[in-house]
Amino acid sequence: MTAWRHIVAAALLLGILLTQPAATQDANPESIQIGLSTDHVILTAGFSGADLTIFGALENTDPLLARQGRYDVIVVLEGPARQVVVRRKDRVLGMWINTKSETFVNVPVSYSLATTRMPQDITDPVSYKRLSLGANNIHLEPLDPRQSPVTIQEFTDALRDRKQATTLYSANYGGVQFLSSNLFRATLKLAPNVPVGTHKARAFLFRNGQFIRESSAQLSIFKSGFEQWIFRASRLHGFFYGVAAVAVAMLTGWLGRVFFRRD
Amino acid sequence: MGIYLPIAEMSVNGLVVLFMGAAVGFLSGMFGVGGGFLITPLLIFYNIPPAIAVATGANQVIASSFSGSLAHLKRGTLDFKLGFVLLGGGIIGSTVGVWVFALLRSVGQLDLFISLLYVALLGTVGGLMLVESLNSMRAARGGENISLKKSGQHNWIHRLPLKMRFRASKLFVSVIPVLGIGAVIGFLASIMGVGGGFIMVPALIYLLKVPTNVVVGTSLFHIMFTAAYTTIVHATTNQSVDVILALLLMVGGVAGAQYGARAGQKLRGEQLRALLALLVLAVALRLAFDLFIQPENIYSLTNPDGLAQ
Repeated sequence: MTAWRHIVAAALLLGILLTQPAATQDANPESIQIGLSTDHVILTAGFSGADLTIFGALENTDPLLARQGRYDVIVVLEGPARQVVVRRKDRVLGMWINTKSETFVNVPVSYSLATTRMPQDITDPVSYKRLSLGANNIHLEPLDPRQSPVTIQEFTDALRDRKQATTLYSANYGGVQFLSSNLFRATLKLAPNVPVGTHKARAFLFRNGQFIRESSAQLSIFKSGFEQWIFRASRLHGFFYGVAAVAVAMLTGWLGRVFFRRD
Repeated sequence: MGIYLPIAEMSVNGLVVLFMGAAVGFLSGMFGVGGGFLITPLLIFYNIPPAIAVATGANQVIASSFSGSLAHLKRGTLDFKLGFVLLGGGIIGSTVGVWVFALLRSVGQLDLFISLLYVALLGTVGGLMLVESLNSMRAARGGENISLKKSGQHNWIHRLPLKMRFRASKLFVSVIPVLGIGAVIGFLASIMGVGGGFIMVPALIYLLKVPTNVVVGTSLFHIMFTAAYTTIVHATTNQSVDVILALLLMVGGVAGAQYGARAGQKLRGEQLRALLALLVLAVALRLAFDLFIQPENIYSLTNPDGLAQ
């Protein structure tokens, strides 16, 4: 089987036009499509985490391979990229205080992953590394790369560990289920503190442990009208926001006195 | 009851926050303090990022001090002139404080500085208050009568130049210590998210010899303005005031204060002060504990501008 595919690949390299039905499949290989039921998620006042469902379909699959379960899908929802400072506490004069720190650029704030099977059953670690797939393989770039590799490694590990501990980086093995031979559903977790902004959903298709193709879609997460309004006001009109906060406090204080007069 | 805080960008249990506000309101009504020194540590224990806890604490203090100032205004126990001079110093102090706050936040030492200030100040004030109240309890049992203000007794503060007359407080004193006290309280208010009543009251009584009946009203009046100024400056420079969180705390606090005031009337002055001292010491100890015990995880993540993630 593998040998046969190698021959086809060689044939493609030679640029020979292939007309056999079996070979057309490789000339026009499998593809993957995903669709989001909505292109935005709104965080309302009562938001405390949620599950996000993404549907997808495979095209041009080999029915035989599909029946044998040789196709695997990994779906990832990557949050907006931001700078992150990792700080380490050390004991100084008996107190635990922040000492060393390392800044990383373009770190996805959140990273949620769902797979059809356990990751080691889908493909090998080298492929994961090459695709930067999985919380342990995301490329984390330090702002200052001239530091010692040992230090960078230490803080990179700490960053991954902290992100996973706060559930911002999560994995749902078995979270992708085939509904039919080429229709699937992925369930991803949105943490209670999921960041607002543009998230990127990416689906990776594997056949026999080989990466075939990837497709992506965008998802905007924002706060609901009132929360968003407050947030925007605080960022764009900080001074007036502060004045309003003071007014609200004085009004509450005054109402408190009216309602619960003590003297 | 999950409530999403738009500035802290996290979901909290609204009932817990309301209860927190009510508990602090109860204590502040009972002891006649703003309660900022309790709110900020409580919020930090509840995993609210310290920067937001401090700025929101300042916002909450406005409500309780405004309500209190109104009551004192009606009773005529508020020295406006003294209040405004204190305020002049307070504004200088808060401006410096907010600047230091932003600086510490960017170098990652804000949490440490806040904790250290709390431990040092609460520990000192709590300790002194406990000793003083135990002494007066012992004296009361012995039948002596100790008054806080000994008239005619002057210290070095009263020999400073630039004297000014404060009629309501029956004082003729230099503006330098008044401005100084205001500045220190303003500085602490902006860094610790407190009104500073627990420092202002003893400072006015012991250093300036202001009559006790005018002290609380004037202190509340000053605290209200400093807290308002701090809130606005924090909102402008650090964008860390969460109005939803503040509102929950205020509503709980205003209600709790009424029951606290009623409970406070049943206790004697020195007993109240001893209890308050124990409470202050307990908060100081809890914060010291966090500082000296090895944390569960020595690594933490923050934004470049210092907000915890």
